Amino acid sequence: MNNIVLSTKGLTKHFGALSASKNITLDLRVGEIHAIIGPNGAGKSTFISQVCGSIKPDNGTVHFLGRDVTQETVRDRAQAGLARSFQISALAMEDSVLQNALLGALGASRNPWRFLSPALGNKMLVEQAKHALDRVGLSDHANKRASELSHGQRRQLEVGIALTLSPKAFVMDEPMAGLGFEGSMKMTSFLNRLRQEAPILLVEHDMEAVFALADRISVLVYGEVIATGTVEEIRADPYVRDAYLGEEL
Amino acid sequence: MMREYYLNTIILGIFIIIPIWAFIMDEPFTITLMTRAAIFALAAVGLNIALGLGGLVSLGHATFFGIGGYSMGILAYHAQTFTPLMEWPILVSGSKLMPLIWINAVIMSAVAGLLIGILSLRTSGVYFIMITLAFGQMFFFFSISWSAYGGEDGLSIYIRNSFPGLNTLVPIHYYTLCITLLCAVLWINSRLIKSPFGIALNAARQVPARVETVGLNPVRLKLAAFIMSGTVTGLAGALFADLNRFVSPTMFSWQTSGEIMVFVIIGGVGRLFGPVVGALVFVALEHWLGGLSDFWHIYLGLLLLGIVLFGRGGLIGMICGEARLHE
Repeated sequence: MNNIVLSTKGLTKHFGALSASKNITLDLRVGEIHAIIGPNGAGKSTFISQVCGSIKPDNGTVHFLGRDVTQETVRDRAQAGLARSFQISALAMEDSVLQNALLGALGASRNPWRFLSPALGNKMLVEQAKHALDRVGLSDHANKRASELSHGQRRQLEVGIALTLSPKAFVMDEPMAGLGFEGSMKMTSFLNRLRQEAPILLVEHDMEAVFALADRISVLVYGEVIATGTVEEIRADPYVRDAYLGEEL
Repeated sequence: MMREYYLNTIILGIFIIIPIWAFIMDEPFTITLMTRAAIFALAAVGLNIALGLGGLVSLGHATFFGIGGYSMGILAYHAQTFTPLMEWPILVSGSKLMPLIWINAVIMSAVAGLLIGILSLRTSGVYFIMITLAFGQMFFFFSISWSAYGGEDGLSIYIRNSFPGLNTLVPIHYYTLCITLLCAVLWINSRLIKSPFGIALNAARQVPARVETVGLNPVRLKLAAFIMSGTVTGLAGALFADLNRFVSPTMFSWQTSGEIMVFVIIGGVGRLFGPVVGALVFVALEHWLGGLSDFWHIYLGLLLLGIVLFGRGGLIGMICGEARLHE
């Protein structure tokens, strides 16, 4: 199966007596959005961190583009084309929106070792950054400080920075959180188009968005994948309804 | 609020007008005071690269200041005693030539910055402060026990080192050298802040996790900043030793580290001219208040307290407000 971009096999992580991940095996295929849902504390963020490399699993492997990257650092995986957006915005708050996007472009160029030429004078970097801001609808705010952005706009900037990397796969931790109705709608239609560029591993609480977007859904409960399937299958799965979705869905 | 650019111009103006006035009025002591301010400013501009841009609270920058000082002291000592610095494997003799001494100070500081940086950057926060302090103390006690170069008494160099085309013993000549170097470093620093490296370093200070997820190495960025920072402070150390024609373990002391940091904090952490303002204010207070009382540091302490409590951007922040973006 060479349409698999990203996969985990038997991923296990314990924090003391707590198992945050139990034997998680799933994959992300070309052109799809694979959503991971689950109640609070189900281990979604821990899972994401292991996929991206900021937490090392106790057991199991992560494969990216056909390569075992389990032992590689966050940087190695980023350079290989894995782009992450954080659940809690990780932005350089004192810097402008444009500078934040520039950082992404700089990462993509892999060469921050330029000391005397102004970054804003580098057409290629600036173009790349502005293009990404344009796509997430932040062009008008390029000269604002990141700290002046609303919560929702910060989420958009998170995604914008990920875009500057022209990645092979996205890992997004709750990009809709705090976006509001209209913002959610916009982000949903944006991600819907984005999957053509690169598949998205999406952790999200907004069920409406998940059901609208996901090609496949995995349900994580107490660190364990209790079900994986299409939207219909997950909706119909009695075990999932019981464990997580509740009767009203 | 005044634009920072105008304030910087005024500060630079002070550094040009006062020495010229002093030269015309034949007040060499004032020129020497301004030289002292310029050299302190240079040392603090160095620290500001690590502290302001990289967020590295180094309480060990006296290490570099001292290395610069002893670079000058050792080379000049061998030149004035006509003894070789080393004979094996190659013959190296001392030198009284400033450019050579400066290059030596910069290289030695860079090597020390690399070694100290690699070890210290494994830690952060309070541990980073402590480990840099510890390195500073190591150099301090080493210099005290290094009897070949004066030990506790330090080294006196009888004649100031030379610079081609200038008579460095004339205060205004030496001042011109120091202020030119300060301006050159400030210019480089102003470019550095806006460069790709500056942006990446700035982000590494604020959100290292983000820098890592775009595929860059925040620790390596900080290490580069720490080395650059050290070389500038080292250069200042060589100038300071030459100003006094004397170098002693005091240059390595933690009080020196603290003073350099105080310059940066008084003026404004991360502001281009912050260290310059800080050094100028320090030398002015030292001169005026020092004439009134031996305990003038009390007033310096009060000033520092006031600035830390009420003006978070230092004096520059109080006058110009928050730093502007994209300038």
